Amino acid sequence: MRVIHYLNQFFGGLGGEEQAGLPLEARAGALGPGRLLEQVLGHDAQVLTTLICGDNYAAEHLEQVTAEIQAKVKEIGADLFVAGPCFEAGRYGVAAGAFCSAIQAKLGIPVITGMALENPGVDLYRQDLHIIDSGPNAAQMRDALTKMARLAVKLVQKEPIGSPAEEGYFPRGILHDEFVEKTAAERLIDMALAKAAGRPFESELMVTTFEPVAAPPPVRDLSKATIAIVTDGGLVPKGNPDKIPFRAATNFGSYNIAGVRDLQGQDYEVSHRGYDTRYVEEDPNRLVPVDVLREMEKAGLIGKLHDQFLSTSGLANPFSNTRPMGKRIAEQLKEAGIDAVILTST
Amino acid sequence: MELEKAGIPVAQVTSVAPVAKMVGSNRIVLGHGIVNVLGDPNLPPEEEKALRRKLVQQALEALKKEGQG
Repeated sequence: MRVIHYLNQFFGGLGGEEQAGLPLEARAGALGPGRLLEQVLGHDAQVLTTLICGDNYAAEHLEQVTAEIQAKVKEIGADLFVAGPCFEAGRYGVAAGAFCSAIQAKLGIPVITGMALENPGVDLYRQDLHIIDSGPNAAQMRDALTKMARLAVKLVQKEPIGSPAEEGYFPRGILHDEFVEKTAAERLIDMALAKAAGRPFESELMVTTFEPVAAPPPVRDLSKATIAIVTDGGLVPKGNPDKIPFRAATNFGSYNIAGVRDLQGQDYEVSHRGYDTRYVEEDPNRLVPVDVLREMEKAGLIGKLHDQFLSTSGLANPFSNTRPMGKRIAEQLKEAGIDAVILTST
Repeated sequence: MELEKAGIPVAQVTSVAPVAKMVGSNRIVLGHGIVNVLGDPNLPPEEEKALRRKLVQQALEALKKEGQG
């Protein structure tokens, strides 16, 4: 089995935080944890190349380094790409996730990585990747690598993959059918009894968690700020030109309001089946308050109302849809130089 | 949430504050109702607009302050 292994500067033996600015380099053979990785993989596994990059360099040039790594892996050819384990190291984890995700998607090569639950790379990439729960620090190196190797061999040999609890990876939010002996009611009672007795049990539902997001700094001077209106209430121009679905939307629209004083009901409709949309269709300002913001712009209370409002339909929509959409909205607003957003939610 | 992650301050006007709180929204303004976040068809037009103005003012005030975390 031909393996390419990614390490940060620390695990690659190039130095600590003072070397975090080092660009990507390739070394022949296994290094550091890679030697143990070869052992636990078995199957004549050989680390052909170890790719090493400083954590800061990788974080600051993520797209560039991802492209470089992808090119290297393509050039060398491999059956498996391994990154880390990264434990709690956030920059390392985010970079490892980005590299694994790109190689899996673009080159179709199996990938594996390991991180601690607290690593931001987990939340970013757990849906795309098998990320082994590595535990918090390098004291768990052997255990983490053993689990990574066991799952990696299955991925390479295209064997069936067990549940997150069996294999030790973070739940990816994937449901699959299986035959069970007991009905849902019986399983539920078993779980309730186990919980009451303090015995371990495995829930069949993944509880969604939200990592806290720090509040962005306030707007110092509204009279110089460009404000954009974003809504998840599904307001779209008549005819719904972007065909935004009324539920589980994966796209959003940007609609021109330059010079518009007041939104008129006859020009708009609502693509959203989760609330009674008559009132908004009668007067769209009830959802997208162009009328009062335009007045405030004239009065100098705000610098400028953004020339477009952005709209999507926030109904029955899983985070796998809304997170990427949120990122795209954020990128678009950043490019437009927006200072702040008023988000209206139904 | 993704907007805030990108560093753009957001004032969220909504009548379902628990959901906004659950996902970690930092600046929440309570809207007038689910189907009329920023309006009330039972009011005369001028009063309705005054209500909308007041709520949008609150959103702008929220943007001027540190977030609630």
